[in-house]
Amino acid sequence: MPQFGLFLKRALGMAALGLTLALPGHAQAQQAAPANTLDAVRGRGQLVCGVNTGLAGFAQPDSQGVWRGFDVDYCRAVSAAVFGDPNKVRYVPTTPQVRFTALQSGEVDLLSRNTTWTLSRDTALGLDFAATNFFDGQGFMVRSSLGLKSAKELEGATICVQPGTTTEQNLADWARANRIRFTPVVIERLEEIVAAFISGRCDAFTTDVSGLAATRSAQQKPDDYLILPEVISKEPLALGVRQGDARFADIVRWTHFLLLSAEEFGINQANIDQMANDPRPEVQRMLGRNGELGKMLGLDNLWAVNVIKAVGNYAEIFDRHLKPIGIQRGPNALWTTTGGLQYSPPFR
Amino acid sequence: MSQTTIDPRSLRAPPRRPLRLSWSDERVRAIVWQVLVVGIIGAIVWWLWSNTVHNLEVRRIATGFGFLGREAGLPIAENLIPYSPTDTYFRALLIGLLNTLKVAVVGIVLATVFGTLIGIARLSKNWLLSKIAGVYIEVIRDLPLLLQLLFWYAILQGLPGPRQALHPVGGVFLSNRGLKLPWIEWQDAHSYALLAFALGALFTWFYRRDAIRKRILDGRPRPVWPVALGCLLVLPVAIWAAAGAPWTVDWPELRGFNFRGGLNMSPEYFALLLGLTTYTAGFIAEIVRAGILAVPHGQWEAAQALGLRPGQVLKQVVLPQALRVIIPPMTSQYLNITKNSSLAVAIGYQDIVSIANTTLNQTGQAIEGIAIIMLVYLSISLSISLFMNWYNARIALVER
Repeated sequence: MPQFGLFLKRALGMAALGLTLALPGHAQAQQAAPANTLDAVRGRGQLVCGVNTGLAGFAQPDSQGVWRGFDVDYCRAVSAAVFGDPNKVRYVPTTPQVRFTALQSGEVDLLSRNTTWTLSRDTALGLDFAATNFFDGQGFMVRSSLGLKSAKELEGATICVQPGTTTEQNLADWARANRIRFTPVVIERLEEIVAAFISGRCDAFTTDVSGLAATRSAQQKPDDYLILPEVISKEPLALGVRQGDARFADIVRWTHFLLLSAEEFGINQANIDQMANDPRPEVQRMLGRNGELGKMLGLDNLWAVNVIKAVGNYAEIFDRHLKPIGIQRGPNALWTTTGGLQYSPPFR
Repeated sequence: MSQTTIDPRSLRAPPRRPLRLSWSDERVRAIVWQVLVVGIIGAIVWWLWSNTVHNLEVRRIATGFGFLGREAGLPIAENLIPYSPTDTYFRALLIGLLNTLKVAVVGIVLATVFGTLIGIARLSKNWLLSKIAGVYIEVIRDLPLLLQLLFWYAILQGLPGPRQALHPVGGVFLSNRGLKLPWIEWQDAHSYALLAFALGALFTWFYRRDAIRKRILDGRPRPVWPVALGCLLVLPVAIWAAAGAPWTVDWPELRGFNFRGGLNMSPEYFALLLGLTTYTAGFIAEIVRAGILAVPHGQWEAAQALGLRPGQVLKQVVLPQALRVIIPPMTSQYLNITKNSSLAVAIGYQDIVSIANTTLNQTGQAIEGIAIIMLVYLSISLSISLFMNWYNARIALVER
């Protein structure tokens, strides 16, 4: 049973948090710089990445047990940036409830798992959000046989939701605003909340629309399920790092911007070697032919080449993992080409 | 008790010696060591505490219990007292506590009844009955509780949907939304009647105690049942009738997605209660069996020789002695039920752990959240222990 491991892990995580907060001496802590993640990762020779427990398209082990997905490729990209090798990653599956504790306690270095950027999380939880790598919104999925057209028709319904998510709070807010009464069913593990919905315990399942699409695509008969048109919230899904480590946050943030810029300049996995000779100045700077942008980040100057060789650009990651499960680029298109929200500051 | 049985040596006080400030004085050494140990423990606690506070500050993780007064915003499916997501975290945690108590208290009662029956069945002379009880105990004790909970929950989820609900008798619906029963619409008259019943039960208990005391003095039996009948049945019914005898049955009916009205038992609660009860009953059965077997066979024979009927033998002779063996391990089982109820998070029953976990996830205050969970379980467990110790002392062997 995976639960035993999970419960144990949570207990250990809590204990670890208590200990890490309690144990280091004053002298060490008073240097005001909490552990340097980049040095810790380098010393360990491995990036520890907190991912979802198994969400199609975002993070899921394949039949060989190799983690694959959109979020996983971000872990691989950061690993390639730091080590020049995308495979120096250990994946730690985290539920919504344990994810922040896992990051706070140092159990993981990077959270790459469908986490919504909110003010209270940014300020009170001891973590920083490096970049929004997926703009999402919350929706509802129901069985097609119910014949529903709108989420407003959910009066009196039983709704499945994962606890400890913004989704759970949005659902309560939305129901209050629309005077809809509902009964929640809250189960922590994604697999089990989905099983509860599929078995008919709930009339509707609510989470980010991308998560609904992923869940729907993983069913034997996806057409039996319908995603309702309403999107009731903004869910900017962001990469999380520990608070107070600006250097590591910079690396994660600029790895994301690199993926966007590579798409913008037409650099991809296939043409990365030819692109080294591209005359455009920004491409020259980005790929380390000119200037020392990589060194400024504390990385190898060829970090960008390593990242793109490993995972490709943003569009390639998106098309590899999210397109097959029916998720459109929508707001995640580049601002510079089709007016989407994804936008990279200049590499200068 | 008589003074003559006390060992006179224990009455003799040791000779008083003045305290010498010397290492060779045993008492000085004892004081020094004790001060040292307490000091070291105190210093460690202070060091851990101040470091924690300091590091929380450095990492800018919010601290303190101020969050308890903030709006929780989390929906809760089962609440014994009114709750809405606009209420505070404090109230949400209170709901969680009540949900934990709801499953623990009912679980303890059911597991005791069920476990006792199985324990007695295992001692039965009926071969089939005792073998069935034996197999039950072995199977249920050997499987992990979490597995059993998931099993029951999966079975309950396999029930038909609300529109195809099983409908054995009028007003009772069993579906994957839970068990729906008709229920009376609760009015003040019902509360008064319930209060009268509670007072009546208290009075009956005192009356019975008094009757037994008088019987010991003069040997005349005084029947208790007329008083019990009056206090427990006639009086509450009379009060209910005097208040207008309201009787409106709230029938559950299918409206929209779900059943409305009536009394609901959710699959989550039902699965947890079923799992905890059947699991713990297996242990309680063995405790009961051990307790009964601990009473020497001679006691049975002696009681029969006195001419007591079989029921009286069990009630007056065997059970009082068996209980002394049963109660202490039973306390542990009650504590286990309470603590095991925290496995509720796996099947989506919103107990204190589930709600505190969500709270600490939303507020980031893991240390405070865990402290609240520990405080709750410590309080419940200590209450159970205190009550059981009191009960144990009451039934303990009184030597005359």
